[in-house]
Amino acid sequence: MTTTAPPPTPTTPPPANAPTVTRPGDRIFAGLSRGSGIVLLVVMAAIAVFLTVRAVNAISKDHGNFLTTFEWNASANPPVFGVAVLAYGTVVSSVIAMAIAVPIAVGIALFVTHYAPRRLGGPIAYVIDLLAAVPSIIYGLWGALFLVPHLLGLNLWLNEYFGWTVIFEKENPDSAARSLFTVGILLAIMILPIITNVSREVIRQVPKMHEEAAIALGATRWEVIRLSVLPFARSGIISASMLGLGRALGETMAVATVLSASPVLSAHILDPVGGTFSQNIVAKFGEANEFGRDALIASGLVLFVITLLVNGAARIIIQRRKEYSGANA
Amino acid sequence: MSDTTTAAKPAPESPRAPASPALATRRLPRWAPLAIAAGAIAVGCGIGAGAGFTSQIQWGLISLVLFVAGSYAITAQVEGRRQAKDRVATSLVWASFILAVIPLYSLVQTTISKGVKVLDINFLTHSMNNVLTIDPGGGVYHAIIGTLEQVGIATAIAAPLGILTAIYLVEYGKGALAKWVTFFVDVMTGVPSIVAGLFILSVWFVAFNKAPQSGFAGSLALTILMLPVVVRSTEEMLKLVPNELREASLALGIPKWRTIVKVVIPTAVGGITTGVMLAIARISGESAPIALLVFGTNIINTDPFSGPQSSLPYYIYQQYGNGNQPSYDRAWAAALVLIAFVMILNLVARGIARWKAPKYR
Repeated sequence: MTTTAPPPTPTTPPPANAPTVTRPGDRIFAGLSRGSGIVLLVVMAAIAVFLTVRAVNAISKDHGNFLTTFEWNASANPPVFGVAVLAYGTVVSSVIAMAIAVPIAVGIALFVTHYAPRRLGGPIAYVIDLLAAVPSIIYGLWGALFLVPHLLGLNLWLNEYFGWTVIFEKENPDSAARSLFTVGILLAIMILPIITNVSREVIRQVPKMHEEAAIALGATRWEVIRLSVLPFARSGIISASMLGLGRALGETMAVATVLSASPVLSAHILDPVGGTFSQNIVAKFGEANEFGRDALIASGLVLFVITLLVNGAARIIIQRRKEYSGANA
Repeated sequence: MSDTTTAAKPAPESPRAPASPALATRRLPRWAPLAIAAGAIAVGCGIGAGAGFTSQIQWGLISLVLFVAGSYAITAQVEGRRQAKDRVATSLVWASFILAVIPLYSLVQTTISKGVKVLDINFLTHSMNNVLTIDPGGGVYHAIIGTLEQVGIATAIAAPLGILTAIYLVEYGKGALAKWVTFFVDVMTGVPSIVAGLFILSVWFVAFNKAPQSGFAGSLALTILMLPVVVRSTEEMLKLVPNELREASLALGIPKWRTIVKVVIPTAVGGITTGVMLAIARISGESAPIALLVFGTNIINTDPFSGPQSSLPYYIYQQYGNGNQPSYDRAWAAALVLIAFVMILNLVARGIARWKAPKYR
């Protein structure tokens, strides 16, 4: 603040050197750094433009309805493809992931900030940071070779006792657990670190005074959290969850290895059917001809727009929060 | 305001407490949670064994439910409802932590125990050339070369671009442009890796009218994924540089650009290095764009500008796709190599951050 203030008002104290000297070095460096910023914007715009160009080409020749067709036969003649199953699968697996990950992530964030012994809090946060760095393909490998066989028991149990809810009904109880439900669990594990980290940061920002006031009134630890921590951190936790959602929507390899995909739209989340946008792109890419690739680009554009909206909304919430808490501090 | 009123409410609601002259309410002894836990586990295992559940996880879940219910009931009897709720919240928070640790521990443990089976010096120094997928043997040499080259090129592009953008945002940025750049850096962080791959693919289609088959195309996609991470972390570090340093330098008549290059960046260089290394760690695990742009090969190709290459994450995907035991073994070993690479990068980066952290006083 102090450095930026003088240049606009140099006229009053020193009238002698009113025009500031601009050196060529300064101008080059400023131009260079501003140029980099512009390059970044251009890249974002180019992503949208290039994807749209190829996608329009593909969608205009689609013999099915792009939004409601189930199957994906873009390389066939005539090409018939649609994103209905993919959109459904993406949404369902992400919703399962959020339902599992958000409560647990908030729990861990509270554990690190309020419950864990102080000496343990730091190392735990550090380990969670490291886990965010595990590549998604390794989660995929683990999910397919370890999680899938180990979830079969849970699947049978859910089918037996909760099969009447339709959601947990499984048509063939002995089929492998390569279902949207398993994908959701795997995605939940993958997005846990990012939601935890962002929530933790937000919870750290809760003014100590609020908590101390609650303690002074005789509140138990849970009441402190419910009355002073959670109300303050709510919007931050929401946007943390949305960042996690953005990641779950776009996750590719972990889904591609676990899910046994087929163009069936089923309400039974334990059945090994369905697909997601990114999984479909990787799976169909190898066999696709040039038009088929354009069709895949079209589905990628839909995914891009969805993640753009989710992430943009999350960032706007965080930014508003920042201004608010800045005014408070 | 509303917090204080609601927090205060429970106090007047329990007027029967003052009837006893004791200042403190009755408390459970410190060993009570442990005792309840032991009881819950015993009963849980009893029910599990009695009902014939085979899965140990179900025994654990039954015990957990019993523990939460039991501690609520007992605490409510002795200490009151509010304390009981507090106990339940505490056990739920602990449970969520333990629930999260189990899969993460299992992931690391599985990768290490299965990975060391075929991981040896032979595995690291040989490619998959002339190795049938159903046979054991072969290695990841070609994939390591591919990963190093692709990540290297991506870093060479993204690091300068990202650092300059961050300098613009912190040192020059004012007005609408800076605001838009900040917003889109944030949004760019969320671009799925597969979309970055598709973007480069469509650029190649439009520009050259053919699909790319080179490591270079893959590194361009990785650049897009790396750029926002570098910008964000560098920005945070530059903001930490005290303004007094800039003012002192400017007051000596030193041009702004030299102030940035000679004063601001050296002060923040540790943090910037850390950020770049963490970004490298993130992109070395990306396989989706590689699958679209670089294809993959079994032979050693050291030229990133022509011909398909392999990369460690894509190698894992390929080996998994082969679907037989020798391939799975190779996939686990490659996963161990990749995880070790990423973790070492992370640890070194954090070490640098701690070592180079600006010391006040």
